[in-house]
Amino acid sequence: MSRIFRFAALAWLALLAAFGAHAKDREISVGLQAAITSIDPHYHNLSPNNSLLRHIYEPLVWRDANMRLSPALATSWKAVDDLTWEVKLRRNVKFHDGSPFTAADVIATFKRVPNVPNSPSSMATFVKPIVDIQAPDPYTLILKTATPHVLMPSDLASVYIIPKAVAEHASTEDFNSGKAAIGTGPYKFAEYIPNNRIVLKANYAYWGGEEPWDKVTFKILSNPAARVAALLSGDVQLIETVPTADIAKLSSDKNFNVVDKVSNRVIYAHLYQWKDKPAPFVTAKDGSPLAKNPFLDPRVRKALSIAINREVIADRIMEKRAVPAGQLLPDSFYGTSRKLKPAKYDPEGAKKLLAEAGYPDGFALTVFGTNDRYINDSKIAQAIAQFYSRIGLDAKVETMPSSVYFTRATKGDFGYMLLGWGTESGEQGSSLRSLLATKDPARGMGVTNRAHYSNPEMDRELTEALATMDDRKREAMIQKAAETAMNDTALIPIHYEVSTWATAKGLKYTPRTDQYTLVMDLRPAR
Amino acid sequence: MKAAPAALVEPAAAASPAPAAQGPWRRFAAEFAESRLAMAGLLLLAVLVVLAVAAPLVSPQNPYDLSQLDVLDSKLAPGEHSSSTGKPYWLGTDDQGRDMLSGIFYGLRISLAVGASSTVIALAIGLVLGLAAAYFGGWVDTLIMRIADIQLSFPAILIALVLLALMGQGAGKIVAALVTVQWAYYARTVRSAALVERQKEYIEAAHALALSRQRIVFRHLLPNCLPPLILVATVQVAHAISLEATLSFLGLGLPITEPSLGLLIANGFQYLLSGTYWISFYPGVALLATIVSINLVADQLRDVLNPRLRK
Amino acid sequence: MIGFTLRRLGQGLLVLAVMSALVFVGVYAIGNPVELLVNPQADDVERARATAALGLDKPLAAQYATFVVRALHGDLGRSFVYNIPAIQLILDKLPATLELAAAAMVIAVVLGIPLGLVAGLKPDSWLGRSIMAGSILGFSLPTFWVGLVLIMVFSVKLGWLPPNGRGETVTLLGVPVSFLTWDGLRHLALPALNLALFKLSLLVRLTRGGTREALLQDYVKFARAKGLPARRVIGVHVLKNILIPIVTVIGLELGSVIAYAVVTESIFAWPGSGKLLIDSINQLDRPVIVAYLLVTVAIFVVINFVVDLLYSFLDPRVRLAAAPAH
Repeated sequence: MSRIFRFAALAWLALLAAFGAHAKDREISVGLQAAITSIDPHYHNLSPNNSLLRHIYEPLVWRDANMRLSPALATSWKAVDDLTWEVKLRRNVKFHDGSPFTAADVIATFKRVPNVPNSPSSMATFVKPIVDIQAPDPYTLILKTATPHVLMPSDLASVYIIPKAVAEHASTEDFNSGKAAIGTGPYKFAEYIPNNRIVLKANYAYWGGEEPWDKVTFKILSNPAARVAALLSGDVQLIETVPTADIAKLSSDKNFNVVDKVSNRVIYAHLYQWKDKPAPFVTAKDGSPLAKNPFLDPRVRKALSIAINREVIADRIMEKRAVPAGQLLPDSFYGTSRKLKPAKYDPEGAKKLLAEAGYPDGFALTVFGTNDRYINDSKIAQAIAQFYSRIGLDAKVETMPSSVYFTRATKGDFGYMLLGWGTESGEQGSSLRSLLATKDPARGMGVTNRAHYSNPEMDRELTEALATMDDRKREAMIQKAAETAMNDTALIPIHYEVSTWATAKGLKYTPRTDQYTLVMDLRPAR
Repeated sequence: MKAAPAALVEPAAAASPAPAAQGPWRRFAAEFAESRLAMAGLLLLAVLVVLAVAAPLVSPQNPYDLSQLDVLDSKLAPGEHSSSTGKPYWLGTDDQGRDMLSGIFYGLRISLAVGASSTVIALAIGLVLGLAAAYFGGWVDTLIMRIADIQLSFPAILIALVLLALMGQGAGKIVAALVTVQWAYYARTVRSAALVERQKEYIEAAHALALSRQRIVFRHLLPNCLPPLILVATVQVAHAISLEATLSFLGLGLPITEPSLGLLIANGFQYLLSGTYWISFYPGVALLATIVSINLVADQLRDVLNPRLRK
Repeated sequence: MIGFTLRRLGQGLLVLAVMSALVFVGVYAIGNPVELLVNPQADDVERARATAALGLDKPLAAQYATFVVRALHGDLGRSFVYNIPAIQLILDKLPATLELAAAAMVIAVVLGIPLGLVAGLKPDSWLGRSIMAGSILGFSLPTFWVGLVLIMVFSVKLGWLPPNGRGETVTLLGVPVSFLTWDGLRHLALPALNLALFKLSLLVRLTRGGTREALLQDYVKFARAKGLPARRVIGVHVLKNILIPIVTVIGLELGSVIAYAVVTESIFAWPGSGKLLIDSINQLDRPVIVAYLLVTVAIFVVINFVVDLLYSFLDPRVRLAAAPAH
């Protein structure tokens, strides 16, 4: 009996081994972190969607690996005057269905963008400034705006172009079923199973030349350990967002390559400064309310900033996959100032500043943060609380899932809140405008200023900058506004996340700053 | 009435008198001690409980006090020494520089408290409702069982999230979530056991003797429903502890600065593939020891308490 | 019998109504879906538009009323995230979860009952003891931890089984199933085992407990004394006696497997409805949460109904109507 059982078990194992999975040549599988919510390129303005759909569709203007603008479906663009842009389109480009790409497709696409039913986050923002659009010939576009719109080329980079016939009739379902999933990109749609996988096939007629892969399967592996396990077992050949815990081991393993690149995402602390309200969860050490909100004092804000040892967080918590931050975008980006360095760790100085501000014995605060949104977010929160306990504050930590966190943060439930911000346009003016400008919904200022920080001087400098068409002059003005804000410790920048990818041996992946994962950047190593 | 003939109500447990030679407690202890394995389990459990209660006295560090942690000491292997104080970390440190040994003592305390209190409360609620449903039948039964249906299909995660959103983090909320999730199990188990018992001859006999309802429920129905319930409860203490770990794994558990054993395991989980094994291995061993000892004790308790297994 | 069925049906509908109201209030309490769905860079105009597009600009009571009216017409709403009818999203994922749950249950029953019987019949043998010791392991380690260890051992180290996903499917009676293909079985093995462990331990213990009790009951003693073969005593008398608690637990656990396969599904990236649920909860995708829970409650009500029928079948003393006996 037991011999038969053993024989059966052995036979079973042999069979299993014989069926071991082997990826075929020119076929590649990729482990992604976040779900793709639609194949409709204008349904959900969400980074993972925009990244994946870039394989199928293309915009007029594209951002290269360093987020500098480069030609895509447009070959050139220029501002004719303050209110007019002229865009030249690429010739001899064909959609996946064989129809030629012309100006009519762009016009129809721009018309569709603000009108996608049930869209939870539309792309309308990017085409809203355009009040009129003309095509003097099939390969030229004239765009008119009501006010000077300096970010036009950057906006054009965010809208994927679809054929006119599709733009006029297709619903989101038609895209998901593949019927309407027609673009000009290097890959064609093959299969979409929500929250599971997306399969693409090569577009051999691609204008930019043929890709090295015939078939690409994107698997949604949200659990970080599952993603690493899939790579280790050969189930996928490329994964994004390698958990920091596994980076050291993967880097030292000959069978895998790890690549990284500093991203456009800054992790920062916002300090509650709402008018006429005490900061929540910021009290005296015995729990009684403080006479006034300590965060209104720039000395306290600065003390809280220099009390954090950013080098240690980057080194120990982030396994060197973070760059200490002194502003809202890493140094090479448009509008960043070279004068703004990460605050130097100085616990004694922090204590002195607190004493000067009238808190020689410190106070109590709770560091709030997410635990499922940013890389190692809950660990960063704990480390920061550790540093605060060293300068005599009673620091507690509370972390929670984003579903609960963001609603409460916006409502003003938290005094000290850790957040992250990825600047999609890649220029610092827009991050200042969203995070630090005084709240003014009508002008789109301070939309994500959850702390209600307000600094009239910075507002003035920023408003002027945003209305300046000249790129050079504008950059200098944005830098000035950034210096004003950061010297006031408007918020506490912690670090810039470094995005990581890992590939199986024999592959070379060129990383991007915007955290997109593109198979176009994956090549067989020679 | 008290003279209800023992033969008639057989095998009702509570009514059958213990041999008079020894006191009931001593007899109970003697029966329990018959199994050496159970005694070993009891000893282990006692040690663990003592460690949990005395955690602040026996721990080298207060792992919940952030000012005592040093992130520069993070992820040290077992036996390595602190860079600042030079003291050794016998079981290593986690990613915050938390001494794992101290973390385990304190975590044990929280895990045991959460597991035991949620099980006891859920058991009490489930027992009362289950007995009521079985005994009264009719609309009482319907109402309770339909509420249980709703309860059982409501995911623990959703309950935990709502509690977290409304009340913030804390051990009390976790216990509330665990009780909410678990009482229905007991209610259904009790009801099904009681339904069978209710139809048995001894209850009919008790009815025939016109015993009061209360007396029938508590003296006759309850003792006979207990064995399956104790069985489920011991499994559920373990389940509660591990459910708490799962909620922690999903980011819905206790505050991360005050980890339970489950949260320590969940935190260390991400280091499993990377070779920094001790962060989740040692808390795992502690959790295993706890649950094994609880079950060894409970198994023997059940055998001793079960009237039908008495020799 | 018909009256019993009708009454249960009515109660079931009431349960569904209460359930959906609870979810509406619950999700409302957790947070605002727009905060999560809208691009962080969006301005207030865009936020207002998104809120209106999802129907979240109306008072909660009005939202619920709209939902009830539509639900009565068979429309449970569209996913906020995917813009796909919620019920379609769930029905697409449900077969995978049902298959996983059934496979786990089969493993638990096929291994659990014989092991429990052995442990119950020979409680003091080393085999009986090691079965019991092993069963403790099954429910003391958290599922997510065991899952990753399984992947580490069988996929990463040994390379025998795939670490994630569902294998090739074939259509059986219009439902895609994977257990009929070799590739499908290979993908099914680890997650099913992971999910089965807890129920397996529970079943081993319940069976053992029941067996030990049954052996001491008069009718079993009598049957043994009468000289009936051991196989018949066990097969008929012992098994029958222990089936009631076991059926209860199977009923409970099958339901909870379906509802809580969440952790296993997320570690093994199994494309089932458990993963859909956790993702929907994290995204506050209310239509999917509501529809999902309505479906699970419906399944629960059916399972409980079947379990109650089984009781009366297994033990004639339990009367169906369960009216007070006096």
